Formats: sequence, C-alpha cells, structure tokens
Amino acid sequence: MKNVFLLVLGALFVLASAATLPQGYEVGDYVADFKLRNVDGKEVSLANYANAKGLIVVFTCNTCPYAKLYEDRIIALNKQFAPKGYPVVAINPNDPSQQAGDSYQEMQKRAQEKSYGFPYLQDDTGSVAKAFGATRTPHIYILNKEAKGFKVEYVGAIDNNHKDAAAADQKYVEEAVGQLMSGKKPKTTSTKAIGCTIKWKEA
Amino acid sequence: MKKILLLLVFGLFSLAPAVAQEVEVIKLADLNNLLKQPKEGVVLINFWATWCRPCIEEMPYFSKAQEKYADKGVKMYFVSLDDVEILESRVKPFVKKKKLNGTVMLLDETDQNAFINRVDPQWSGAIPTTIILSGKQRKLIEGKMEPQELEALLNKYTSVP
Repeated sequence: MKNVFLLVLGALFVLASAATLPQGYEVGDYVADFKLRNVDGKEVSLANYANAKGLIVVFTCNTCPYAKLYEDRIIALNKQFAPKGYPVVAINPNDPSQQAGDSYQEMQKRAQEKSYGFPYLQDDTGSVAKAFGATRTPHIYILNKEAKGFKVEYVGAIDNNHKDAAAADQKYVEEAVGQLMSGKKPKTTSTKAIGCTIKWKEA
Repeated sequence: MKKILLLLVFGLFSLAPAVAQEVEVIKLADLNNLLKQPKEGVVLINFWATWCRPCIEEMPYFSKAQEKYADKGVKMYFVSLDDVEILESRVKPFVKKKKLNGTVMLLDETDQNAFINRVDPQWSGAIPTTIILSGKQRKLIEGKMEPQELEALLNKYTSVP
C-alpha cells in the first residue's frame, strides 16, 4: 500500500514538474525520429534525410500573423540552404479543431499557393512540437547531422526584425547554418522572439 | 452601508470607460520599472497584440477583473506588442472599441531577443503572457488563461499580506 502511495506521489511530482519546467530539446541534444504527414500525402521522417548535412526545422502555421511575416523568409532560407545540404522542414503544430485555418486542406492550399520547396507537415496532436519543446510559431530548430544522429545546434528566431527582413542586422539562422557549414559551432545558439502560442490539442 | 459603498464603487468604475482610453508608448526601461516588485498592491501585466486571437479572447474578463479587484489594490497593465507604426490606425481604435479597464501601453522595441529575457527568462516570447507581482511574489503565465484561472490567481495574490 505504501508503495502505491509513493508511486502516486511520484507520478504527481512528475506531472507537476512537467507543467512548470520548460521541456524539450536543448542545444546539444539528439533528436528522436518522428513521422508526420506531408501536404503531398506522403509521410516524412528524419530517415528521409540520410544525405542531408542538417535540417532547418521550422514550427510554423497558416494563421499566425508572425508566421505569415516570416513565411517568405522561410522559403528563402530553403532556397539558400537546401542545395548546400540544410533543407527546411516546416511543421504545423496547431490543432485544426481550434484553428480552422490550419486544417490539412488549408495547409495544402497554402503550400501550393506559395510553392513551398520543402515539406509542410501536419503535427495536429502536437506530439512532435512537444518533443522539441516548441512553444510558439514561428520557432526554429537547426539540426546538424552527426554519426549519432541529428543534433540540435540552434533554437530560436530567424532574425531580429520581424517588420522588415532587410532591416534585420542579425540573421540568426543564416549565420548559424553558415557557421555549421564551415565546420564551426554557431556563435549564437539560442534567441527569443514574439510569436503565437501553439494551439495545443486538448487531452 | 456596504451596499451603498459598492454601488458608489461600481458607479465610479462605470464612469471610467467613458474617458477616452489613452495608449502610452513605452520603451524597455519603462517596462522594467513596471516590472519592479510593487511596494503595495498587486500589479498584473498582460502582453497582447491586436493580431493575437487568444489575447483578444481573454481581454474582456481581465478588464472585468480589474473592475472587481480594483479596491483590493490590483492594477492591470495591458502592454501591446503591436508595431508602433499601427498605433493610430489599429491599436487606438481597437482599445477604444474594447473599453478596457486598466492602463493600456504599447512597447516600442523591435529587437525582441534583447527584451524578452529581460522581461523574464522563463518567457519564450509567445503571447498572450501575463506577469503578476505582489510583495516578493512574482509569477509568469504563458498562454491564454481561463476566467476561473485568473480569478484564482488574483484571489491568491490579493490575499498575501
């Protein structure tokens, strides 16, 4: 009986800390593989990227004004870095029952309209976003491929000016990927930005 | 007697929204002053923006709570993270329409990476986000709050000696 009590108590503590402590990957962590459905109907996982040097994982969506502000910059990042071995993988973590504009059909429409040159995956249960520790859209994770797997090298924003890409004087993602390409560690490994809260699927 | 007092208080507050709501443009230094632990009462700072749907959804009951808890020393500040360029065209008309109780401000800072950690290292930058301060206590709540959550939070913070 006492053991059961302790177990329950332990479980409660785990739950309590899960609710308060920031979770997810930090710089230096290896990412567990995941499988999500792309807008073309096919499933995409990290295993699809056996030949990549790394990945620019972007948690984004159709509906957040901040994600929209950065959409063209995300497309440009893929154009710039996919040929160099660091393609973009976009993941939409919003629950479409709370945000109709983020339904699978709307995602397909958006990806087609803007000719995304990268997968746009639906994570409607939010499980991948939770594993990463993403909290907002847009939220970027740069991964570098090592023998052991994909390792997180940068977490944060794309640049330091949401209003105007041209006025940004710190292009965090561009700089970090550039540094990884030249075999160095990113100088800036973590930044913050304003964004929309993820519309989590309710349990 | 108590009823008359309550009526009077309500009367005063119902007059308040009739006054044109100003939106003060502030910088990080001003925000940091606001984030200092208050000598008395309870300070609640809510970060929002006109483009943020969950922010707009929670504002009416924040505003109501400001009215309800004003006599318990609660002061609410609604800090908009909208771009200052749309202050006149969007933020002010929005605030006017909403008739919010409390003080409305707009934080005019573009370099978000520079200010988010200085507001609170726990804050990821997602909005809505609310910070409540009283005595030595401080709490950050990221994400939308339900009315009963807000009420519980205010009850807790206003009951601190």
